[in-house]
Amino acid sequence: MLNSLQDLYHIIPLLIVSGGILVSIIVEMYSKDSEKILFALSILVFGAAGLFSLYSVNNVSILFNGMLATGGNVNVFSFIFNIGAFIVTLLSADYIRKYGTYYGEYYIILQSSVLGMMLMAGAKDLFIIFIGLELMSISFYVLAGLNRKRYNANEASLKYFLLGAFATGFIVYGIGLIYGTAQTTSIDILTVRFPQLTGNLLFLAGVLLFLVGFTFKIAAFPFHMWVPDVYQGSPTVVAGLFSTGGKAAAFSAILVTLAALFNGNVGSLFTPYLIFVSALSMIYGSIVAISQDDIKRMLAYSSISHAGYLAIGLAAGNSEGTAGIIFYLAAYSFMNLGAFGIVALIEGENETNLSIASYAGLAKRNPALAALLSIFMFSLSGIPPFAGFFGKYYVFFAAIKSGLTWLALIGILSSVISVYFYLRIVVLMYFKDQGEEVIPSKSAMGMVGVVLSAILVVLLGVFPGSIINLISSFL
Amino acid sequence: MSLEILLFIVFSLISVISAILMITRSNAVISALYLILNFAGLAGLYLLLNAQFIAVTQVIVYAGAIMVLFLFVIMLLKPEHEKKFLEAKPKLKIFAVAIAAIIFLQLIYLLFFSKPSESLSPEMTKSIDSGTIEAIGKQLYTNYLLPFEAAGFLLLAATVGALILAKKKIE
Repeated sequence: MLNSLQDLYHIIPLLIVSGGILVSIIVEMYSKDSEKILFALSILVFGAAGLFSLYSVNNVSILFNGMLATGGNVNVFSFIFNIGAFIVTLLSADYIRKYGTYYGEYYIILQSSVLGMMLMAGAKDLFIIFIGLELMSISFYVLAGLNRKRYNANEASLKYFLLGAFATGFIVYGIGLIYGTAQTTSIDILTVRFPQLTGNLLFLAGVLLFLVGFTFKIAAFPFHMWVPDVYQGSPTVVAGLFSTGGKAAAFSAILVTLAALFNGNVGSLFTPYLIFVSALSMIYGSIVAISQDDIKRMLAYSSISHAGYLAIGLAAGNSEGTAGIIFYLAAYSFMNLGAFGIVALIEGENETNLSIASYAGLAKRNPALAALLSIFMFSLSGIPPFAGFFGKYYVFFAAIKSGLTWLALIGILSSVISVYFYLRIVVLMYFKDQGEEVIPSKSAMGMVGVVLSAILVVLLGVFPGSIINLISSFL
Repeated sequence: MSLEILLFIVFSLISVISAILMITRSNAVISALYLILNFAGLAGLYLLLNAQFIAVTQVIVYAGAIMVLFLFVIMLLKPEHEKKFLEAKPKLKIFAVAIAAIIFLQLIYLLFFSKPSESLSPEMTKSIDSGTIEAIGKQLYTNYLLPFEAAGFLLLAATVGALILAKKKIE
């Protein structure tokens, strides 16, 4: 329950997005030209919610009888989700027309998914995490299969739905066991009582099931099978959202729920599992990505290996790890969205030009696009001075600090492997002559989105210290 | 005879008769429809036990959502095949009878030979109190206001999603 106007002020980002959904539905009902209006409205909603989240980052409070946290890193996450969705909206403006899903409802579902992500990041109760997760996931299933005439999209949507529902089953079962043993779903109470509850096998099984379910949602190794097919089959800009917003939201939920595990006051009970997930995701993702010819599949495997790097921060289990994860997620979201954005621009009418060979000689024809893609590829492979380098630096640093030096070494090794497949594209663009004529589609909005992500990637790479200090000050 | 007993007899008759009709129909769709009637009768019995919340969920979840799913599955799977399947494998019938007998014996045991656990009864009154519409409504609109509103948005997103996936004309 809200007690004062002050509380209302703290949840403004949530109110903006949820109000946006309701207004969008009404606009969609009565307007013939809803696609254009809803595009502008989404830009407005995401921009306002994202900027307000950053502006009100110091409004730390807990509302709704201890159900929702605001301020601090919740708002940092909210910024990542909203600005990420802002970029996705810009990229979608012309892409969805090309792809054949030029509907106003697209933006309604996009806003719903962001509302789900924001609820997950702000959750202080397992209920909210579950509802937020479902809101996000259901929106994602719909976004993946929006164009039902496309065979690939149907396959992606159905696969994502079936496996996603399966993973949600794990999470709900985990929550059930946690509730049964701890008699509460409040995360604060769980955090306090965590040390006593660790003796209870059922509780541990619940937490493990919860983690297994979220391992699926972050697309990490043993539960990664769906990732390449879903990313390949879904619309490119939507795949960009899955790999950034979806991953960031799942990580935020893990961090929020297992705060007790990650501030170092509980023994490292789940560290072996997290190390297993992290090491295998990094190596598997990097090695399999080498042999991919389709750029979306390559980015999908790269997304698996990035889940591994992020999980290093979880395994490290200290506040440096948590701060590193949040910074890494910000960096990863923007660089990956930029990369997917360029893929969306290069992509032809009927999902053509998605092979890596299509990028040969791009630098001659379109030097600006090639330069931007190079920035994203350098950043994804972790080459300074871009954001990706500092993301990796902070999580590796956290791992070394908690005595997991060898895990950091595996991370560095896997980064070295990943340089090969990221830079292969850069080499193709600059040093190979084009085989066939590939003309990127003209989309001013799309270019704005890509340039915006490039600016954010460079900014995060130039000023990593002040951002990591901001994040750490809330831990 | 008080009204309560009269209602009890009516609801139990509905439940038992619809259950018998359900298992004797040869058309699976009609069986499923009798199952809905059976659920409705059971919901009435729950109401008489003062378990209002369970009665409502019985109607909404079982008679509503799950039965729609059942009907879809039956229509998609073409029940004629199922009939031949049972005729081709008569051993399955023995299996079905055995399971039904075990559950029946369990019920007999519970009804006539077991004593209710004494530690359970205070908890039971508590659960009856918290299962009333008032108690649940109070919780929903105070402590659980945020999940309640969020679930509203979840249903809204699902509805919009289903509408686009099913109805939108695609060139």
